[in-house]
Amino acid sequence: MQRIKTIVLEDLNISILTGVTLLILLLCAFAFGNSMYSLKNIQSMAFQIPEFGFLALAMMMSNLIGGIDLSIIATANTVAVFTALLLNGSWPLGLDGWPLVIAAAIIGMLISLLFGLFNGLLIARTSAPPIIATLGTMTLFQGIGMALTGGSSVGNIIAEFAELGKLKLLEIPFIFWLFLLAAGILWFVLTYTAFGRSLYLYGGNSVAARFSAISNERLCISVFLITGLLAGLSGLIILSRVNSAKVGYGDSYLLQTMIVCVIGGIHPNGGIGKVQGVVIAVLLMRVMSSAFTIMSLSPYTKKLIWGFMLLLVLGLNYMVSVFYEARKRKRERKGEGV
Amino acid sequence: MPVKGLHTVLVDSFLALKEGQEKQLSVVLEVKNLSKSFIGVQALKDISLTIRAGEIHCLAGENGCGKSTLVKSISGVYTPDLGEIILNGHSYHSLTPVQAMHEGVQVIYQDLSLFSHMSAAENIAIGRLKFENRAFVNWKEIHRIAEEQLRKIGVEMDLTRPVGELSMANRQLTAILRALAQNAKILFMDEPTTALTKKEVERLLHIMEDLKEKGLAIVFISHKLDEIFSVADTITIFRDGEKIGDFESSELNERKLSYYMTGREVEYPRYHRTRKETEEILELRDLGRRGQYENISLKVRPGDIIGLTGLLGAGRTEIAMSLFGLNPVHKGSVYIDKREVRLRSPMEAKRHGIALVPEDRFRQGLFIERKIKENISSAILDRISTRGILNRKEEALTAQTYVDTLKVRTPSIDTVVGTLSGGNQQKVVIAKWTAAKPRVFIMDTPTVGIDIGSKSEIYEQIHSFARDGMAVILISDEIQEILANCNRVLVLAEGKEVAFLEEEDLNREDAAERLSELIGGQGGQKDETGEVVL
Repeated sequence: MQRIKTIVLEDLNISILTGVTLLILLLCAFAFGNSMYSLKNIQSMAFQIPEFGFLALAMMMSNLIGGIDLSIIATANTVAVFTALLLNGSWPLGLDGWPLVIAAAIIGMLISLLFGLFNGLLIARTSAPPIIATLGTMTLFQGIGMALTGGSSVGNIIAEFAELGKLKLLEIPFIFWLFLLAAGILWFVLTYTAFGRSLYLYGGNSVAARFSAISNERLCISVFLITGLLAGLSGLIILSRVNSAKVGYGDSYLLQTMIVCVIGGIHPNGGIGKVQGVVIAVLLMRVMSSAFTIMSLSPYTKKLIWGFMLLLVLGLNYMVSVFYEARKRKRERKGEGV
Repeated sequence: MPVKGLHTVLVDSFLALKEGQEKQLSVVLEVKNLSKSFIGVQALKDISLTIRAGEIHCLAGENGCGKSTLVKSISGVYTPDLGEIILNGHSYHSLTPVQAMHEGVQVIYQDLSLFSHMSAAENIAIGRLKFENRAFVNWKEIHRIAEEQLRKIGVEMDLTRPVGELSMANRQLTAILRALAQNAKILFMDEPTTALTKKEVERLLHIMEDLKEKGLAIVFISHKLDEIFSVADTITIFRDGEKIGDFESSELNERKLSYYMTGREVEYPRYHRTRKETEEILELRDLGRRGQYENISLKVRPGDIIGLTGLLGAGRTEIAMSLFGLNPVHKGSVYIDKREVRLRSPMEAKRHGIALVPEDRFRQGLFIERKIKENISSAILDRISTRGILNRKEEALTAQTYVDTLKVRTPSIDTVVGTLSGGNQQKVVIAKWTAAKPRVFIMDTPTVGIDIGSKSEIYEQIHSFARDGMAVILISDEIQEILANCNRVLVLAEGKEVAFLEEEDLNREDAAERLSELIGGQGGQKDETGEVVL
């Protein structure tokens, strides 16, 4: 019992989040039974999660250093546009079939790294506030996409690429495996590497990090490189699922990624939060969306429930931490009395 | 107890009673049995205090003894756990800052909290205008209010200048005038003299006495004993959150006062250099940075503890920052082991074996929400990881080693740093850089705000670093601290070297007086914005 207590208290936020998620899963089981937990529905959820999941991970990375990246959706779409133009032969690479798919994917990732590097350099070198800098680059990246497409969608990509979006391994979508892999790598990097540690330190107190001979500039650039890459991967996934790229796709994701990060326990001021939290929060969001769809709620009601969820998790966090603080203090006082 | 005649006792007590009644009338503030604790720390224990109009009441005590907590409880920043605060006859359990202001409580904190881009007049009047809930700015009114305050204390000053361009002394004055504009009845001044030259200090003390004559109650917080004695009527001494007692200033002398403040005869062991090396590790040649310091030359050998002292703003911290790669120099050069080096970032400084314990522990030194071990390993992450992967065992081991060496009092290395006391936090900062095994260790005012016990433990550590061949640069404005630790001292004023004292100079009887002269004696310097005419 004591051990469970320590584990639960170790990370209150994740414990609460897990509790709420399990509760909702259970409620869904009672309310919808098979319509929620059929293989088909689970698979369809697993197909929908990754594009949003990658964006949420990207937002998480920028939040961890106390920043924010508003340009993730623009990066995703513009990278998708570039890749689509390569894949439908508008910009011939002289390849075909799988080699073309691989080459285009690699070029797409390189472009997303380039976008990330641009963000990183801009923020690290000019000390511009991330929210302003990425507001600028968001518009810039969107503009690049617009200039390339004139606002219309780019389709007609070769069938092989679209197959990636439908591919299943062990009944689980390939893109979902990708998401798990990315989350796993990030978890490892953040928990076990010197880079991960310095990232948390930088996010917690960038001044003290500078005074600890940690290279803030290099860290900041690395984080935005990762953010760019994750956003770009999301773009590739969108392209493979929708079979076309269009500037402006998924614009509403931007605010949702922020909500997911907050629910997942990422502190927007930086330095606090875990990948696990974000992954659970992403799953929770998807399950609830699915439940709303089964209940055929209107989009207006959905919004209301989203807002309610956010406040519920935040409120629970606050109340539980206040409760424990108070108990801790009481115990200390008793200890003093003896 | 000495035996007294009955007659004398009666007369004495009658006189005391009568005096008491007279004084009772003018009590502005009475604090009864005030207690306040923070997580794990009892900051104030059952404090009672009476402050009367027309007196200068000094709160004396070491850093961290509870003076500031008391002031913050009275001015409504903190909510006391227990006790009563009676202001002008109104009793409160706790106050809000607005209530405190309405009762005439005004506090001038060390940083003065002025708006540096606004003119002195605006700074003086804005509190009152806000206080009276005005919606619009009336410029005439602003100047009228400001000039009215200026007349009260009978000095002249240019009120149209932005505060940022004023000298420290005139900023101080602006803060006082702001308090007066808000009808202060009781004025708290938290260490107002730290950044002032001797002459400016005298003027400030003069103004304080003037205000006292006009019936204001002034509570003066300082740890400079000579200043306390020159103005205080009553002295209340605090130690570790407890009140030791109230004294008339005539009852005490400096020795007694410092004994009461510290609870013991403090005699720190003196450091004497025993290393034989004559080659210096670090040399500064003609170092300069525009607007901060110029022509600074210094040689530091292994085993040297060099004191760097001078008033706040004399350029001490700026030099330290330059050596740590955070404040590029414009002139001169730095040599390490006789080889010229460029220090353009803390990373480069670290590579050359330079470490810095920064001035601001909370902002610059610590990751307050992180564990002790994570703080200690923060400067050596590269060393304790292989191919980028952190070796957590080694991290814990290193942390434990340095927690033990520096005697950090903590239940475990997994304790969050923010919950430790000031002294232990500072030890963690020192541990962090000790773990990096520096050759040149710069410490910027490492014992500010920490208790005596930790202080002497930190001194012990510094001595042992130096004995092991480290070169230490200790920035401090406490003369006792310099004398206890340093074998050479560089005194700065306005970015220039004023004096360099060798070990022989420091061993002389009058070393303390001489140092204090050198540090505070720049009163003759012309104050560029000194429009004040007394």
